[in-house]
Amino acid sequence: MSSTEIDRQWTTRLRHRVARRLPPEKMLPDTQPAYVASWIYVFGVTTLSALAVVILSGFILALKGPQWWHTSGIGHFVNSLHLWSVEIFFFAMVIHLWGKFFMAAWRGGRSLTWVTGVVTFLTSIATAFTGYVSQTNFDSQWISTQAKDGINSTGAGSFFNVLNFGQMLMWHIVLLPLAAVILTAVHVLMVRAKGVVPPFEEKVEAR
Amino acid sequence: MSESPDVTVAPWTGPQRPYDIIKEGTIAFLVVAILTIGLALVFSSPDDPQVTIQQWSTKTPIDFAQTALSELNGTSGTAHYGAPYNTASAGQKLGPLTLAKWLGATIPVNTVRDFVLSPLESQPAVPPLSTALAQWKGASPAQRTAWVDAYTKAAGKMTFVNSTVTVPTTAAGPVPVMINSLEQLARSGALDQALVTQNGFYTSNFTLPLLFLADGSYLSDLAQQRHLLGTQWGMMNETGNYPGQAWLWMYTFWYQVPPFSSSTNADVEVWGIMMLLSLLLLLVPFIPGVRSIPRWTRVYRLIWRDHYRTQEV
Repeated sequence: MSSTEIDRQWTTRLRHRVARRLPPEKMLPDTQPAYVASWIYVFGVTTLSALAVVILSGFILALKGPQWWHTSGIGHFVNSLHLWSVEIFFFAMVIHLWGKFFMAAWRGGRSLTWVTGVVTFLTSIATAFTGYVSQTNFDSQWISTQAKDGINSTGAGSFFNVLNFGQMLMWHIVLLPLAAVILTAVHVLMVRAKGVVPPFEEKVEAR
Repeated sequence: MSESPDVTVAPWTGPQRPYDIIKEGTIAFLVVAILTIGLALVFSSPDDPQVTIQQWSTKTPIDFAQTALSELNGTSGTAHYGAPYNTASAGQKLGPLTLAKWLGATIPVNTVRDFVLSPLESQPAVPPLSTALAQWKGASPAQRTAWVDAYTKAAGKMTFVNSTVTVPTTAAGPVPVMINSLEQLARSGALDQALVTQNGFYTSNFTLPLLFLADGSYLSDLAQQRHLLGTQWGMMNETGNYPGQAWLWMYTFWYQVPPFSSSTNADVEVWGIMMLLSLLLLLVPFIPGVRSIPRWTRVYRLIWRDHYRTQEV
């Protein structure tokens, strides 16, 4: 087999591309530009950390099924961890989003990083919503019977039935978290590949 | 469209500072985990028990019976909902667009069959219920309508005495027995089961009991007491004194203001607005003017104040 043939392989080309765009020093950096020194940068990693706690607490809830937390003190505590980590997650994520807006963090070829961040935010809202309607208590009964009108009015209710507990639970614990985690991973890799957006040069004029 | 000023950004050639990404991630995770544990220990989480149809019919028997009647005479919210449950109405419109109607009744619900007849037929065939059901089945549609109309006309004087629903009419054929039997079925707890088991042994679909519950006043009365109605900004509230889905503030905001607060198409209109705003948020980097707001506001000088201070020095 010639080296040219090997170079043309999909695997080889993918490896070269990944190595070129995400070399180890970008993936696991040991230095940052000096301007990356503000409290606002804390909220990105806080969002990621809260997501990790959300997923870990969700894993524990999944071990015993969707109704365990109503009858077990430990289950209720794990549910509380799940709730509060979600609240921290959204709090940090919204501040992160506004921070990035005022930095115009899409500059310098970083538009897709912004786009993946917004899609992750919207996906997270859908994930949280399906969690609320999967609680198997009064809250889920009320929220689902109210939310159905909004979703049905768009036509989406034809295939996304918020009154179908089984369907909502599957979306909540499989499809949407998978999407949110993949989107988050892509978002973080984009940040690592492009680096943190530098400050504005004050001489640039607004258009 | 003007050329974006954001495309070319000079790469950073200034000083670097040490950065331990693994250490930062580990510390952040530990801090968030400890904060979460603390919040969970101190504040716990809400868990108001589920409402059953048995509970509803026991606590407010007249409301249940009136709702059962509305399912029979076609005046309930579900009976004239339209898509995806039936074709009784065109549903909400976004301008000329009837989005739900286009997709059709994909989750068919017939309130007479699903909420009244099927649950009653699932019970042992003993008189007077079996006689009433046989009389109903043997009647013409016009006769059934006449019975239901007679019952509906007298339903304003409905009473619930000695565990029996009574309406002062003799022209309603089998309807009084059917409504009263459904009431007894509900109060025994059997209706909760009859509604969810219509799809077989295993089921995780609660569309029917939830629609039935939502057609009555009991569920919404409880929600009102907990400040969960749409008019109470309920979409972002939570049972008890807990933070709810605060991130839905803008979504619920539109329901509080005209013209949406009184629009019969509010749901689809608010969804349309939120979809549009979400799209705008997504496309911020590409929208002239919007993408320049950070430059105009100069909030970034607060974020990078050390950097600019160093430059000025």
